[in-house]
Amino acid sequence: MKTMIDTDIHPVDRLEPITGGTLPRIAPALVGVCSVALGALGLLLGLGLVGAVVVTWLAFSLALYGWTRAIEGSRQATDSFVRTLMWTAFVLAMVPLVSLIWTVVARGAPVLTPAFLNDDMSGRALLGVGGGIYHAIMGTFMITAIAAVIAVPVGLLTAVYLVEYGKGNRLAKIITFLVDVMTGIPSIVAGLFAVALFIVITGDPLPRLGIGGSIALAVLMLPTVIRSVEEMLKLVPDDLREASYALGVPRWRTIVKVVLPTAVAGIVTGITLAIARVAGETAPLLLILGTARVANWNPFNGPVQTLPVYIFQSLGQTTHFKYGEIWTDRVWGAALFLIIIVMSLNLVARLVGKAFAPKTGR
Amino acid sequence: MTTAIQDPAPDQQVRARTSRVGDAVFSRTALGAALLVVALLAGVAIFLVVQGLPALEATGEQAYGKPSVWAYVGPLLFGTVLSALLAMIIVTPLAIGLALVISHYAPRRLAKPVGYLVDLLAAVPSVVFGLWGIAVLAPRLVPVYDWLNVWFGWIPLFGGPVSSSGRTLLTAAVVLALMALPIVTAILREIFAQTPTTHQEAALALGATRWEMIRLAVLPYARSGIVAALLLGLGRALGETMAVAMVLSATGAIISFDVISSANSNTIAASIANNYANAAGLKINVLIFAGLGLFVLTFVVNFLGRWVATRGQVKG
Repeated sequence: MKTMIDTDIHPVDRLEPITGGTLPRIAPALVGVCSVALGALGLLLGLGLVGAVVVTWLAFSLALYGWTRAIEGSRQATDSFVRTLMWTAFVLAMVPLVSLIWTVVARGAPVLTPAFLNDDMSGRALLGVGGGIYHAIMGTFMITAIAAVIAVPVGLLTAVYLVEYGKGNRLAKIITFLVDVMTGIPSIVAGLFAVALFIVITGDPLPRLGIGGSIALAVLMLPTVIRSVEEMLKLVPDDLREASYALGVPRWRTIVKVVLPTAVAGIVTGITLAIARVAGETAPLLLILGTARVANWNPFNGPVQTLPVYIFQSLGQTTHFKYGEIWTDRVWGAALFLIIIVMSLNLVARLVGKAFAPKTGR
Repeated sequence: MTTAIQDPAPDQQVRARTSRVGDAVFSRTALGAALLVVALLAGVAIFLVVQGLPALEATGEQAYGKPSVWAYVGPLLFGTVLSALLAMIIVTPLAIGLALVISHYAPRRLAKPVGYLVDLLAAVPSVVFGLWGIAVLAPRLVPVYDWLNVWFGWIPLFGGPVSSSGRTLLTAAVVLALMALPIVTAILREIFAQTPTTHQEAALALGATRWEMIRLAVLPYARSGIVAALLLGLGRALGETMAVAMVLSATGAIISFDVISSANSNTIAASIANNYANAAGLKINVLIFAGLGLFVLTFVVNFLGRWVATRGQVKG
């Protein structure tokens, strides 16, 4: 009786607490440890690694969901379940990518000796030990460098036109659209274009020459270069341009002396990334470069070997009963060196971008 | 500027003239470069058409044993679309999850290096992905395919018999998904990070859990961006050559829904890469014609992607 009166006077005492129950902070870790234990048990019982991981995952997500639902309610439980799903996607995405790097490094590193880098494949059509990738490295550098020489000035000037001169006129809009279209050109189509072009130019039904590969790569590079330079030029504040005009500096000198230097870090980054992208291209070069076993410094005549094509073509020999293993080694060594080239270009690009970032940047 | 001066001194006149000449030269050069890009793209289309059209007359041996070039390109087109669609089915949840982890779930200290790692992986050459696909992925997937065949064999996709090497269309699709993943994730991450903080804080202030906040604020804001990113990834998966050419042990131009057996549909790009080495005469035209088909297909997909992206920008 007394309590009844009390509640009437102090109804607050009987209300649900405004904060719900919460799981202890260590709950996920606790559930995790238990699930791993369950998975380990499954492993002992002969489930296999994949089975054990699946069991662990199921146990973890179900137990955490159930526990949260019991204590915190269904909304919190859904939240924690989704969180598990997100991190699962993250791990699922990371595992193959880490595995890829790990495999290439583990299998390629023992092969990468100075001899391997300094030798070519002369006299070793299929058989024979030794050999190396000197000719392929040089070919990659030559083809990529020529492609950059073609694509960078054209791309830079196109971006200057789009941002400085064309600003919003009809032609600029059409060109922007076409550059977007070019971004989507599949690499093999660029190679076919080079082939079709040089069939017409040389009259040779099966043209094999370095410059063709460079043109194909330039087609692939151009949209990337134009896009990134365009973005960078747009970041240059109009105040700088107007200040320069106010001092009586003609437009072209404003662009060359004020706009481009302000954006130089971003431009260099963008161009380096574009080069890194095409340095690893295989498909177009496969069509137009053919096979070479020694370095060929003449881009206008004869086949040239590049690293990606070398990897692809050597792969076909790895099933040879006697020399297959040597070919396998060569493939992994070349793959590791190619990754090193591409990754260092990327690193250089990021470092340049960071070191010389304009102070007006975002 | 200088023309506004009433009575310029002689040397100023000279300077004004040179600057005008300089301006004219520079702007013409820039315009010329821009037009060169247009000409180049037109050149790609024109040369492919000119060298591809003779293929229409190819029959029998010249058309790789098919009655016409259409019968050769058709099945390849099917294989291309099938593999790219499978890749997108795999990549969509992974990319959205990965991007959300980087933008909303991971602590800042972890998110930055992970984002950096993803960017670096976009740079791994396709030939290396293909190599990894053959050497590491394909053998590991064989037990999975056995399992799929036993439990889901009634679905035509998993009808079997299971390929013993694992070099199937589904393996190729997994590799394609991994290659598209960094690009799609990078775009999604940007879009998710652009969600207005006020929307997110409003949702949280109303008591939403983190997932409810993402569902109510982030995903609706990013919807068109997600579609655009996926279409751009699809465009990339359609045109990818080497990974498929290396991983897939293709049977030629056939239509097969079975993605885990050793009788596989091939893709256009991979078929070109594999057949080019021993092609001659009209066969080259046939391959160029197939490339033209691929060009048109990726053009349409990319165009759709850009269109959705710009439409989203106007709305957002």
